[in-house]
Amino acid sequence: MIFNIEYETMPREALESIQLKRLQTVLSRVYATVPFYKKKLDDAGILPGDIKTLKDLEKIPFTTKQDLRDNYPFGMFAAPMANVVRIHASSGTTGQPTVVGYTARDINTWAELMARALSAAGASRGDIIHNAYGYGLFTGGLGVHYGAEKLGASVIPVSGGNTKRQAIIMRDFKPTILTATPSYALHLAEAAEEMGISFKDLHFKAGIFGAEPWSEDMREEIERKLNLDAIDIYGLSEVMGPGVSIECLEAKKGLHIFEDHFIPEIINPETGNALPYGEAGELVFTTITKEAFPILRYRTRDITTLNPEPCICGRTHVRMGKVSGRTDDMLIIRGVNVFPSQIESVLMQVEGVEPHYQLIVDRKDNLDTLTVRVEIGEKLFSDEVKQLQELENRISKDIKETLGVSAKVKLAEPKSIARSEGKAARVVDNRKI
Amino acid sequence: MQAEQISIFIENKAGRLSDVTGILAEAGINIRALAVADTSDFGVLRLIVDNNAKAEEALKNSGFTVRKTKVVAVKVEDKPGGLHRILEILKNARINVEYMYAFIQQSGDKAVMIFRFDQTGEAIKTLMDKGVTVIDGKTLSTL
Repeated sequence: MIFNIEYETMPREALESIQLKRLQTVLSRVYATVPFYKKKLDDAGILPGDIKTLKDLEKIPFTTKQDLRDNYPFGMFAAPMANVVRIHASSGTTGQPTVVGYTARDINTWAELMARALSAAGASRGDIIHNAYGYGLFTGGLGVHYGAEKLGASVIPVSGGNTKRQAIIMRDFKPTILTATPSYALHLAEAAEEMGISFKDLHFKAGIFGAEPWSEDMREEIERKLNLDAIDIYGLSEVMGPGVSIECLEAKKGLHIFEDHFIPEIINPETGNALPYGEAGELVFTTITKEAFPILRYRTRDITTLNPEPCICGRTHVRMGKVSGRTDDMLIIRGVNVFPSQIESVLMQVEGVEPHYQLIVDRKDNLDTLTVRVEIGEKLFSDEVKQLQELENRISKDIKETLGVSAKVKLAEPKSIARSEGKAARVVDNRKI
Repeated sequence: MQAEQISIFIENKAGRLSDVTGILAEAGINIRALAVADTSDFGVLRLIVDNNAKAEEALKNSGFTVRKTKVVAVKVEDKPGGLHRILEILKNARINVEYMYAFIQQSGDKAVMIFRFDQTGEAIKTLMDKGVTVIDGKTLSTL
């Protein structure tokens, strides 16, 4: 089902002409309202009027996560607070979150795009959507929620956690669409099975899974265990939230990017040069309709490819491949973005801790686990086990409070963490995804 | 009157204890008493040896985290109620025992217990006032 036939199947020529018009409008807007962008364009010697073709977009400087941090909290907003109706935030690398805002029209656009995404996965009016994405500062829960209502489906705002209750709701309310992180979906299936509730007997036809990377193998596993079609969704709060791109049920081969609202590019992360369709590189987004938080050439750090070939579903929008990696060291643990540097800054705040640590990420019973090994030096070593355990608990609590992710802290012997060329092998990711 | 104990941090991995005993053997150090406190991830090995300085140096050179801790070596009558009498004295003086373990060797006809207190000086004074024999570190290493 295509929610917006006119825009989603628009011939590319017409689509590109709309993109250019919208790009020119957004450039004039940010140049006039956001000092950060004005300075950036001035420094590059570019005026909004210089952008005459879509190709000219390449002249505009990139925006990075660091820029967002430098302008914390509202410095990048292009609308006055009087027009901002929603604020979301995601975790940042130094404990400082990335803050984004939405006007009423932005919320409406987001709802439309999420409605398109749900439609692409086969949902329509009459479906019951079990939304297990977290509600709160994270964009997942509310993003899906508004899209479901826009579509006219019935949404259960169950949010994350309380797995047993979720299984009972799935059995009794008979939802037909599941939205969750892929790892939580598998966890839910196992927990339900233990309670004697089999997904074979439930009424799900499709699941929309995102907020963390997952492989084709994982798709097979989810489809087999949950007895539904597993659809990949992509989004990030800096660009909008969930619903930036979605796979279609017909092809399940690449995620259609809603190009009437976002212009994607693939660049070489080393040189910053734009790469042609088909080549793998870093995904860059420019939003062309957002009011409160437009963003120009935002470097997502996600590595993927773009495919403009026509799709059997009829949509003309370009498809991005599944995200295959990151250009930085960010980890996604249970849907939470975690940078090793964030853990390091938590550790450094504990007196006597040395900067020798290692993060071990694993997936047990389909849930991500994070173990932080910390070398113990003489300053912190007590010969009383009780005190050492208190130290472990304290670090674990600090990590949870700062990053919002649970971690098991294990004290390690000095020099037991491998150091290669002076730098420790900080991250061991044992997840098979 | 206090004695010194060496504490070593060890991860719960096969062969770690034997690494420690190997280093001590090589350095010609005799272990006089030992106790291990452990969790599922790590342990703290506590040792009384005949040469603390040498043991500490050898272990540190091998990369272990080592720490010296003040403990009290107490003579305990080797008969029913012997240890109980000592603990009663401490209880009445409200002195907390962090941990304790037994010395391998006897001193004459008495057993020797190693104690770690939250207030070492106070504990020694209390015990000696009640006529309990406390062995100093030097004597302990020659037992």
